[in-house]
Amino acid sequence: MSTVTEAVPVAAHGNPVSRSVRDSLIVARRNLIRMSRIPEMLIFGLIQPIMFVVLFTYVFGGSMKIGASTSALDYKNFLMAGIFAQTVTFATAGSGAGIADDMHKGLIDRFRSLPMARGAVLTGRTLADLVQTALTLLVLAVVALLVGWRAGSDGATNPGKILAAFGLLLLLGYAFTWIGALIGLSVRTPEAATSGGLIWLFPVTFLSNAFVDTGNMTPWLRHIAEWNPFSATVQATRVLFANPGQSDSGAWPMEHPVWASLIYSVLIILVFRTLAVRKYRSATA
Amino acid sequence: MPGAIYAEGLVKTFGDVRALDGVDLDVPEGTVLGLLGPNGAGKTTAVRCLTTLLRPDSGKAVVAGVDVLRHPDAVRRSIGLSGQFAAVDEYLTGRENLRMVGQLYQMRAKAAKARAAELLDQFNLADAADRPAKTYSGGMRRRLDLAAALVVSPPVMFMDEPTTGLDPRNRQQLWEVIKQLVLGGTTLLLTTQYLEEADHLAHDIAVVDHGRVIAKGTSDQLKARTGGERVEVVVHEREHIATAAEVLRGFGKGETTVEEHIRKLTVPVTGGAKLLAEVIRELDARGIEMDDVGLRRPTLDDVFLSLTGHAAEAAGQGEQNGKEAVK
Repeated sequence: MSTVTEAVPVAAHGNPVSRSVRDSLIVARRNLIRMSRIPEMLIFGLIQPIMFVVLFTYVFGGSMKIGASTSALDYKNFLMAGIFAQTVTFATAGSGAGIADDMHKGLIDRFRSLPMARGAVLTGRTLADLVQTALTLLVLAVVALLVGWRAGSDGATNPGKILAAFGLLLLLGYAFTWIGALIGLSVRTPEAATSGGLIWLFPVTFLSNAFVDTGNMTPWLRHIAEWNPFSATVQATRVLFANPGQSDSGAWPMEHPVWASLIYSVLIILVFRTLAVRKYRSATA
Repeated sequence: MPGAIYAEGLVKTFGDVRALDGVDLDVPEGTVLGLLGPNGAGKTTAVRCLTTLLRPDSGKAVVAGVDVLRHPDAVRRSIGLSGQFAAVDEYLTGRENLRMVGQLYQMRAKAAKARAAELLDQFNLADAADRPAKTYSGGMRRRLDLAAALVVSPPVMFMDEPTTGLDPRNRQQLWEVIKQLVLGGTTLLLTTQYLEEADHLAHDIAVVDHGRVIAKGTSDQLKARTGGERVEVVVHEREHIATAAEVLRGFGKGETTVEEHIRKLTVPVTGGAKLLAEVIRELDARGIEMDDVGLRRPTLDDVFLSLTGHAAEAAGQGEQNGKEAVK
């Protein structure tokens, strides 16, 4: 065994930003390899939103009132923005469980003993989750088209706007994975991270404009729903897709949904990334 | 000049528990220190503080000439960590694991790839290199974990209970690897619950209990403090017990204890194998048939008992004792 301490060829790491990017990509690659070896995870991640599309369109579709319309087609076109947005937020649970698992198995200790960039383990994880979210969205969009959803169903829209809508959705998903990262670092087991990562998503995604017209809610509920950060992205997506059922209330996030969605997502990233990286630095298995 | 690993007055508390209660360590370059103690003694906490994973409440630590508290990142460049709390990604292959670790040690991709191949050969993992680590046996995983800690041939290594849970054959193999490593000049701090392991690998041993180093020295020094060796004889015939006891009294350095029901006699001695041979010759000359005879060294329990006045509770439930019971 050669244990001679030969000079180690070290990559240029004079610049902390380039080092951070490089390390994050190395960790992201690791997580993507993992995902490719556990395809079940991706498949289960797909089944849930597809089930929601089918259940909501066919079970609720006939009896939902969107604005003045009770047409099932209108509800379908209304619903998809909500389902898309809800789907991207569910990446939270995956992030949290993955990080908790790494803690549990001692991998976080390994990483923390290496001379790598501080936030790289978490950034790498969230980036890999972003790739998975994008794949899920793509499949979901195909399913949505199959059940009859169309962008621009009640007006003109263009590819740029559709891409912008998916961009906002991915940004929201990315922001939520940082919340998941913090949860994963804070709980003791991967199982706790999965359930802890999911339960709070139900009020967040249902107390919103995702599945019902906020116009039909009691005023105080409607107020919460329209200021819910999650609703901003749903509204923005609906506007960019030119789908029906956009909220016409005077709430600022509903009036300026694209800006609101951007601001909320960036704020969530800033706050939760800071908290999660701080937690990571003192993480204990 | 402080050694390659140096600690002074390390204190770390978790709530009411003082996991480290003023630990001092000094490991000269190129030597091995065995940190010996039961579960919960503070061994792992000490390793975590020295490897930048945990910030001590107070005290000073210097590793490879660098202040651990002030320049943790520089310390990380010079250390390797393996064992209980370091790990590998089970869904990645052995090769992928080592390449990733190499790159995160800031090696260039190409160099990390070459180093991974080299380590896989050295650690006898070349055949399994492209299988996910999930499929590895416990011993293979431990070797991969150790290889990951050695990617940059760090001058200072920490191993936290490297052989816990391994079968005897794998333990032996790992010991060989560790010995080679030390011959190459690496400074090593190793924690263990097994005196035998510290005996095999360490130049010096520090016994830890309740967050404090309660004894330091070479393995021989510790054993001498503990009361040294004993000769144990099991005679075949019950009527030979009295004669055998008389023989042992002639060689012993203390009182001979007799356990009649198992026909076993024990006496503390000094003089090692040579003395044992004399004892056997004498017993043989008197025509005493023996079922078993041997020189017994102090166990971790003995060391603990003599140093602390209490047995190594946690270690007592360890698998080593389980094996002894089977014997």
